[in-house]
Amino acid sequence: SLKSLIILFDIESGYYPVCTSDILQVQLSFPPPRLFDRYRDLAPQLVPLDYTDQPDVRLPYELIGSMPELKDNPFRQRIAEVFSEDGEGNMTLDDFLDMFSVLSEMAPRDLKAYYAFKIYDFNNDDFLCKSDLEKTLNKLTRNELTEDEVRMVCEKVIDEADLDNDGRLSLEDFQHMIVRAPDFLSTFHIRI
Amino acid sequence: MTSLKEEVEEKKKLIATLRNKPWRMKRRLKLLKECQAFVEEFEGALGKGKGRKLYAYKVMMAKKMIKFNRDFDNFKTACIPWERKIKEVESHFGSSVASYFIFLRWMYGLNLVLFAFMFGLVVLPEVMMGLPYGSIPRKTVPRAEQDRAMDISVLLDFGGYCKYSILFYGFYNDERTIGVLQFRLPLSYLLVGLGIFGYSLMVVIRTMARNSDEGGDGGDDGQFTFAFKMFTSWDYLIGNPETADNKYASITTSFKESIVDEQENQKDENIHLRRFLRVLANFLILCSLGGSGFLIYFVVKRSQEFANLDQDELSWFEKNEVEFVMSLLGLVCPPLFETIAELEEYHPRIALKWQLGRIFALFLGNLYTFLFALFDEVNAKLEKEKSIRNATIWGLNEYYSNYSSYHNTTDIPPPDIHPADVIRGPCWETAVGIEFVKLTVSDIQVTYMTILIGDFLRAMIVRFLNYCWCWDLEAGFPSYGEFDISGNVLGLIFNQGMIWMGAFYAPGLVGLNVLRLLTSMYYQCWAVMSCNVPHERVFKASKSNNFYMGLLLLVLFLSLLPVVYTIMTLPPSFDCGPFSGREQMYNVVMETIENDLPAFIGNIFTYATNPGLILPAVLLMVLAIYYLNATSKNYQNANLELKKKMQMARDEEKNRRNNKENTNQVMQDLEDLLPNRSLLPPAAEEEKPPPVLEKGSKSPKVAKRPGAAANGKGVNIQKDVSLAAPNPKAAVTHPPGPRGPSGNARGPPPGPARGRGRGTPPSRR
Repeated sequence: SLKSLIILFDIESGYYPVCTSDILQVQLSFPPPRLFDRYRDLAPQLVPLDYTDQPDVRLPYELIGSMPELKDNPFRQRIAEVFSEDGEGNMTLDDFLDMFSVLSEMAPRDLKAYYAFKIYDFNNDDFLCKSDLEKTLNKLTRNELTEDEVRMVCEKVIDEADLDNDGRLSLEDFQHMIVRAPDFLSTFHIRI
Repeated sequence: MTSLKEEVEEKKKLIATLRNKPWRMKRRLKLLKECQAFVEEFEGALGKGKGRKLYAYKVMMAKKMIKFNRDFDNFKTACIPWERKIKEVESHFGSSVASYFIFLRWMYGLNLVLFAFMFGLVVLPEVMMGLPYGSIPRKTVPRAEQDRAMDISVLLDFGGYCKYSILFYGFYNDERTIGVLQFRLPLSYLLVGLGIFGYSLMVVIRTMARNSDEGGDGGDDGQFTFAFKMFTSWDYLIGNPETADNKYASITTSFKESIVDEQENQKDENIHLRRFLRVLANFLILCSLGGSGFLIYFVVKRSQEFANLDQDELSWFEKNEVEFVMSLLGLVCPPLFETIAELEEYHPRIALKWQLGRIFALFLGNLYTFLFALFDEVNAKLEKEKSIRNATIWGLNEYYSNYSSYHNTTDIPPPDIHPADVIRGPCWETAVGIEFVKLTVSDIQVTYMTILIGDFLRAMIVRFLNYCWCWDLEAGFPSYGEFDISGNVLGLIFNQGMIWMGAFYAPGLVGLNVLRLLTSMYYQCWAVMSCNVPHERVFKASKSNNFYMGLLLLVLFLSLLPVVYTIMTLPPSFDCGPFSGREQMYNVVMETIENDLPAFIGNIFTYATNPGLILPAVLLMVLAIYYLNATSKNYQNANLELKKKMQMARDEEKNRRNNKENTNQVMQDLEDLLPNRSLLPPAAEEEKPPPVLEKGSKSPKVAKRPGAAANGKGVNIQKDVSLAAPNPKAAVTHPPGPRGPSGNARGPPPGPARGRGRGTPPSRR
């Protein structure tokens, strides 16, 4: 068995890999270890090359939010918060890998739906209530719709998707709706 | 041994499905490590070490295949021209304005193919293998016109050197075969002329069929419109601020469109008043259409009288009365129709269709007037031709008889006259071609001028005069223009009709049109983005573009008729064009069949044109059409029934869920009263049993951070959540929301229905 010092991560093929403290090295070496390089490039002075002893390195949200893949996304803060362990957006390497793994092309639909639900749930109460929907809509349109229009759209959304009639969308309602969306897989996707 | 093998297989399967599990990285890694260690250890024992390499190789190839497919798809999409431009227009102006540009692009593609046909099969052979300019009379400018042949004014009128060039019908020679390759030009000319129509017809019908195919599964369509827009419209792949801006604009526009649609559905007013107003509006518009038709007829009659008078005595106005009146009608009537249409209060999309229909009727009048005028001209030229032809034949006979009497031989050489001096017939086909080219060019000029003045100048005035004007120009009277979808679409369709009609007489016309569409694309995109504002009520284009395609099809048929008529009935000119000297143009085909093809094909054609065969064939086709029509109606009905069923099933499920919740509450209460007998059916049928339940909040986790970090192996259980949240009903501690009253009302009454879910247990006992 081998000892490896760097993380090999090939999200596209769906192989999971190896953490540095592990002894096994997955035999897939195509393509080269990009993700760790990207993580390290964000803050070379903070991230050590050698992850053998599992250092507790957490990059602050500002660095994550300034990545070219995320900086134009209106939901970047929520994405970072959802995937970070501390819930504040400060990500360890594992969180980083998790995030891009879920947002990659190969992640299964249910997994994506689950995390999408968490992202749009601004107040973290495990329901998409009206205020969550309003915040989502305002982020999507950069506050260009009038209040009446926003209210109407949110009411319509709850009307359409709420199955158990509690006035808000649970994970089940959300999933029931999102599996029928033709564009969901192609839009909820970040390539890195 | 087998149990070991099974275990190894199981572990392998676990490794393969590991990525589907919504666990955190650490937990997955731990499990992966365990499984891989197990597999490695025991696979060696089973001697199947090689399998792993093959598996890895297969996965790598699959991955490469996916990547290749993705790259190829990207390449194909990148090859579509102007995609980014159209997307930009779409984000700012909505899908209806963008649909015009998509239509324009489609027309450009069609014209490009037609140009390829015409150029490759008619123009190129004549240029490369035919006789050059000046060698025969039809290819030379006549002596009388030669000193003015190079003048700009003459060239712009398509006379002079332009008239005797490849642009027009008259240039082409009628030799049966030309060049080394024995290319049959007259046959090719006829077949290409007809083939243009055939190809256009095929493409239009195929596009219509494809569009109507995208009806989609109506069940899901519209069920989650707003939800899909909210959750799936942002494209996470966007990494460019400009693209992001466009996306924001397009999302906002799309929401506004859907809101408009929704509001239209909710509006309900006085139906009778609306109907009366609509009937009134239609009556007014019919009156104006009738009036304009009469006006055109009157003016054309007058112009025919004028044509008989001496040309120098007429004023400019009288000479160009017809064109003037037609342009005036074309400018005045559409806004008039729009104003009257405001009485009708239709949804903007439907109002657009009505407007298109009405302007179409108006333009049809224009088109037919033009055709009739042209036809009169052609007849006049045919008459003149007869006399010139007689004169030429007489002159030739004179020359022969003089020559033989002078030189006393029977072997008479052909008269040695310079091509420019030969007496020429009027060549009506070239004249018709010139008319069409002039019409197209003036159409282009009018369109571009209208955009320049009507949009650009107006925008400049509004923007700059606003600083020193008494009222607000931008909000008040002129303000910025909106993009006129109906006018532009109809202009495009009628322009294409002109091209179809004129292509047979002026092969260069198609090339001209290609250039025109190309410049139009850039020019109009620029004009829209810089001078226009979005419509006040942005509306979604109808999903199928079939309305435009239907109009195009109609225009295609209307333009096919004159061309086929002339091919079949009018005799070709005797001294110009590829069919000169023949009785009818289609005789070329007969000659080819007789001379070039083997004898039996000629026999086949003779049999095939026998009426005894054609009539049954026509009858058969009519029957086939009737049968297909009936089948398609049946399929549509079946579709509707299925949709209804799906809708009912969905509603039923929704009701059942609601019912279940209420009844469960009721059952819970009942159970409290009757502790020994539980009538609750097993709740497992609908909800997936939640395996891992703890959904801790964030704070306890934070407290655990140091410990988790230290050993790296501690999987943080509190963050592992399964996909299925626990049954929300369990967490519901309050009566259901706004629909509560009706739900509760549903509680007691449907006793038998409720019993459906719960009635069985008692019977089981």
